[in-house]
Amino acid sequence: MADADQLSEPAPAPAASVEIKAVPVRRPGRLIAGVLIIVVAAALVKSVATNPRFGWGTVGHYLFAPTVMEGLVKTIELTILSMIIGIAIGVLLAVMRLSPNPIVVAASGFYIWLFRGTPVLVQLLFWAFIAALYPVISLGVPFGPAVVNLDANTLITPFVAVLLGLGLNEGAYMSEIVRAGLLSVDEGQEEAAKALGMRRMMTMRRVILPQAMRVIIPPTGNETIGMLKTTSLVSVLAYTELLYAVQLIYATNYKQIPLLIVASIWYLVLTTILSIGQYFIERHYGRGTARSAPPTLLARIWQSFSTWRHTRVEVPEISRHGQ
Amino acid sequence: MSESMIKAEGVHKRFGRNEVLKGITLDVAAGEVMCLLGPSGSGKSTFLRCINHLEKINAGRIWVDGSLVGYRQKGDVLHEIPEREVAREREQIGMVFQRFNLFGHMTAVQNIIEAPIKVRGTKPDAARAEAKVLMDRVGLGDRLDAYPAQLSGGQQQRVAIARALAMKPKLMLFDEPTSALDPELVGEVLDVMRGLAADGMTMVVVTHETGFAREVADTVVFMDDGVVVESGDPVAVFENPQHARTQAFLSKVL
Ligand SMILES: Nc1ncnc2c1ncn2[C@@H]1O[C@H](COP(=O)(O)OP(=O)(O)O)[C@@H](O)[C@H]1O
Ligand SMILES: [Mg+2]
Repeated sequence: MADADQLSEPAPAPAASVEIKAVPVRRPGRLIAGVLIIVVAAALVKSVATNPRFGWGTVGHYLFAPTVMEGLVKTIELTILSMIIGIAIGVLLAVMRLSPNPIVVAASGFYIWLFRGTPVLVQLLFWAFIAALYPVISLGVPFGPAVVNLDANTLITPFVAVLLGLGLNEGAYMSEIVRAGLLSVDEGQEEAAKALGMRRMMTMRRVILPQAMRVIIPPTGNETIGMLKTTSLVSVLAYTELLYAVQLIYATNYKQIPLLIVASIWYLVLTTILSIGQYFIERHYGRGTARSAPPTLLARIWQSFSTWRHTRVEVPEISRHGQ
Repeated sequence: MSESMIKAEGVHKRFGRNEVLKGITLDVAAGEVMCLLGPSGSGKSTFLRCINHLEKINAGRIWVDGSLVGYRQKGDVLHEIPEREVAREREQIGMVFQRFNLFGHMTAVQNIIEAPIKVRGTKPDAARAEAKVLMDRVGLGDRLDAYPAQLSGGQQQRVAIARALAMKPKLMLFDEPTSALDPELVGEVLDVMRGLAADGMTMVVVTHETGFAREVADTVVFMDDGVVVESGDPVAVFENPQHARTQAFLSKVL
């Protein structure tokens, strides 16, 4: 509070202040490290650019190939949908963990134990072979008559299997992130909401969750980037996402390295876009707080540009040399 | 019973094996201002929280405006009432906290209109107009769109009072509303509370501000170790405390 005031009104400089001009301390270690890194980097760039086996021509040729583009779209689709499923399940599990009902708490704990305790690849394979386990899926009264019977093979298409595998697994991880977020919100907030006559679910939705977002968003960004890469596991189920798309191509032309580079370029493009998006979402949920979460590397670069343009500090500067 | 706003009879509250309230009996008339004094840990906050059922009591009864808090009595049997009805009872009881507890992600106005719109179903335009009036009343008509973090402690507490008033409560509970404030900000909050008292609001105020209690309170209650040690007219309690514990406490705070 007081800090905010000080930010907008810098203390006047003392009279007769003279700018200090001093010879900086020499740091030979830094200089050597810098030179070394530049030399190594130059050697790497030269080798990458001149080694013909990288096949940069081939990379350029396939970068926008229709098969690659279709795989790219599928990868994006899978990432978005499984994160939506994961976040929804995560919120549900986290709220269940805080329930006064012990059975609800136990159910949530069991889910997390099961899905976090087994490899996601194993889970993906389970969903792919679910028809062997339950050939017919019945919806109806538990232990009673079924209302509809569905053939598992038509219901659980490869797409659904993949989505279930990725989304349900992600839910277990997201629940821990959401729970940490919910616990980060001061108890007084819930108390004030209750005292105003707000009920538990409304308090959660309107008061607790929006403030928990500040804590939830950064690790969720990491999870999304992780998910983007985890979708490549799905290639073992012959689902044509980005990695399987390039595998299909190099299975016929044997140009593995250039095509893996094509896939890597697209993964890098997507993770970069996600990181930028994360910065803006973090800024949105940081509103109302004087001191927001420490900016990411990207945020810091962005900030140095914007302060340079407007000469106005919006995010308190975090000193790299501080403490 | 009809003219008392709060009636507490033999209220007991335990946390585990720690008995915090050991039979509180008191009565607050409509329009009365009662100040609760007592050393830290004597159970003042807990008692306030029992009045709006933020805590469940273990024995005794509390009535607010004639209806039993948190339960319904059928014959000799008490039935817990569902969350929906507890919430409806709380709507009528404003509460102001030591640490303000404004919703940090909402501006002052959003804090004030949230419950009227979402709980009461007030139209947003009407709620916003009402919020403007309340913000003027607490002297912050020009800070409608400030976030809590941009306000001083005294300003936050005044917004918190406006937020509670927006639900048109028939009773206001204050839990040490000025204890978290820098000394120079205490006055502005007490002024708002004085205004409320003058308008006839029923208030229960936990406070260490003896000056305020002496001036505004109709009744002063001194609590220690979960019991009411002494209560009465402020002049009587402050000038002529009957119990050694009251005397010891007052000699420290006066
Ligand atoms: N939620 C709780 N759980 C356990 N003990 C509590 C809780 N709330 C309060 N207490 C205990 O009850 C006693 C009275 O607390 P409180 O009502 O806050 O006192 P006061 O407001 O008079 O300082 C203290 O000993 C405190 O530790
Ligand atoms: Mg207290």
